[in-house]
Amino acid sequence: MAAISRDDVAHLAKLARIEMNDSELDHLAKEMDVILGAVARVQEVASADVPPTSHPIPVNNVVREDVVRPSLTPQEALSGAPAQSEDRFKVPQILGEE
Amino acid sequence: MTTIRSSASEMAAALASGETTSVELTEAHYAQIEKVDAQVHAFLYLDKEGALAQAADVDAKRKSGAELSPLAGIPLALKDVLTQKGIPTTCGSKMLEGWRPPYDSTVVSKLKAAGIVILGKTNMDEFAMGSSTENSAYGVTHNPWDLTRIPGGSGGGSSAALAAFEAPLAIGTDTGGSIRQPAAVTGTVGVKPTYGGVSRYGLIAFSSSLDQAGPCARTVLDAALLHEVIAGHDERDSTSINAPVPHVVKAAKKLDVKGMKIGVVKELQGEGFQSGVLSKFHEGLEELVAAGAELVEVSCPTFDYALAAYYLIAPSECSSNLARFDSMRYGIRVGDDGNRSAEEVMKLTRHEGFGPEVKRRIILGTYALSSGYYDAYYGSAQKVRTLLMRDFNAAFAQADVLVSPTAPTTAFKIGANDNDPLAMYLNDIATIPVNMAGIGGMSLPCGLAEEDGLPVGFQIMSPAMRDDLMYQVGGTLEAALLSKWGGPLLDKAPVLAGN
Repeated sequence: MAAISRDDVAHLAKLARIEMNDSELDHLAKEMDVILGAVARVQEVASADVPPTSHPIPVNNVVREDVVRPSLTPQEALSGAPAQSEDRFKVPQILGEE
Repeated sequence: MTTIRSSASEMAAALASGETTSVELTEAHYAQIEKVDAQVHAFLYLDKEGALAQAADVDAKRKSGAELSPLAGIPLALKDVLTQKGIPTTCGSKMLEGWRPPYDSTVVSKLKAAGIVILGKTNMDEFAMGSSTENSAYGVTHNPWDLTRIPGGSGGGSSAALAAFEAPLAIGTDTGGSIRQPAAVTGTVGVKPTYGGVSRYGLIAFSSSLDQAGPCARTVLDAALLHEVIAGHDERDSTSINAPVPHVVKAAKKLDVKGMKIGVVKELQGEGFQSGVLSKFHEGLEELVAAGAELVEVSCPTFDYALAAYYLIAPSECSSNLARFDSMRYGIRVGDDGNRSAEEVMKLTRHEGFGPEVKRRIILGTYALSSGYYDAYYGSAQKVRTLLMRDFNAAFAQADVLVSPTAPTTAFKIGANDNDPLAMYLNDIATIPVNMAGIGGMSLPCGLAEEDGLPVGFQIMSPAMRDDLMYQVGGTLEAALLSKWGGPLLDKAPVLAGN
């Protein structure tokens, strides 16, 4: 697999919503190269006839009756909020000025 | 005479006979914490008030003749990855600094209902990512056997608390070895139950298809007693298994392995394993043979690829799970000056809130899941997972349980692997296959390595939902080793000087 560049890491950091400065990007690009080189070994045995496993036990969707049960009060649910207003989470603007 | 060095079972007997009270026991443990934790740093938070109230409540119930669960009144150290209502829960991360969860995890609800006294929250690698507890945002934890060495990770706070006699019981979580490897390097017992055996509700998720909470203790029987408290189906966790909990306490008391077949995994004992680790492991095998078990060599060729597959699957799931730390609903928020957008604030918060190892894994996982690379990396790793499960199935067709050393080395020096993530990842080489297949795994002490005098862990792996088998073999091996040593291995640890 192709080596991973500093620009690649910058793109991944953007996707993952993590701000990174130049020295962090440089450092991580080097580390990622080494780690990806090591983990790429999985391709040696992952032949087309092997089915993938996503979960160690069979997972089925679990449903229940749609009935109201005791749950957190708005105050409890908001107790860890960095900012709140009128029983709601207050967040920074999500749209631009215009 | 009961002391803080007694086992939880002995403490329980002393409580039942009236020799001591839960309040006395709890205070004795806080006194020990006060004496040694400045050196060990096992705890991030102590809930003295809550613990003493719970202890007094249990004492009052006992006095009134109420029926109590076997571990009622026994103190416990809780890994800071599980929510406890109103008690700071950080997961070892700056991201959650100051957060007090509004609800109890199911594990905590069960501990409280059993009358267990939660002393406080223990240190861990940030979001359970690491093998040394050096990745905590709140400082490193020191191994009580040698304070210059790591206590294992990610659950190094829980293992160190047990080895320093700050608590007789602890809770850990194990995604790739985070219960078993800390147990191995501190001379304690740690069990990763079958995946789905213990509810993950309120366990802050790292890798959802691998994470599993489990008991930590100083004896196999104590681990079994705690296992039965926390295990069982929970409708709040859709992956929790709806089946009876294996009878692990009964199994731990059997002390008989006659006719059992013990599979020794060929791939988990060669190159990369310290000589003292291998020699103590082989002494453990000899004890099992002397007790009437039969050894069978089994081969699991895909184990050589387990580490690589794990370091694709776990980061992939972590990159998704940790997206929830977005600075909007809980946790810290950085840079919200009224002008920045939500996305900019999110990026600044995640830059500040996450440490280097967490960022490394999020980026790695984001890469492995990105279009164009998905099949080559994540997809291939999932295929390796299938092959690992086939290896286990074939091995369990030949043997009742499988065994190996728990970790390739004894505790290393703090800082030794600082600049080499790959070297650090190798610590989990023997523990990871268990998580990938969702089966049970236990580590118990099997001696001190000749070359450094540090504890070695013996790993026992059992088929899914047959956790009783590893307790049966572990209990028998422990009894044989105790009679050989003339007492617990921890008696050989240096006594920590007080403040």
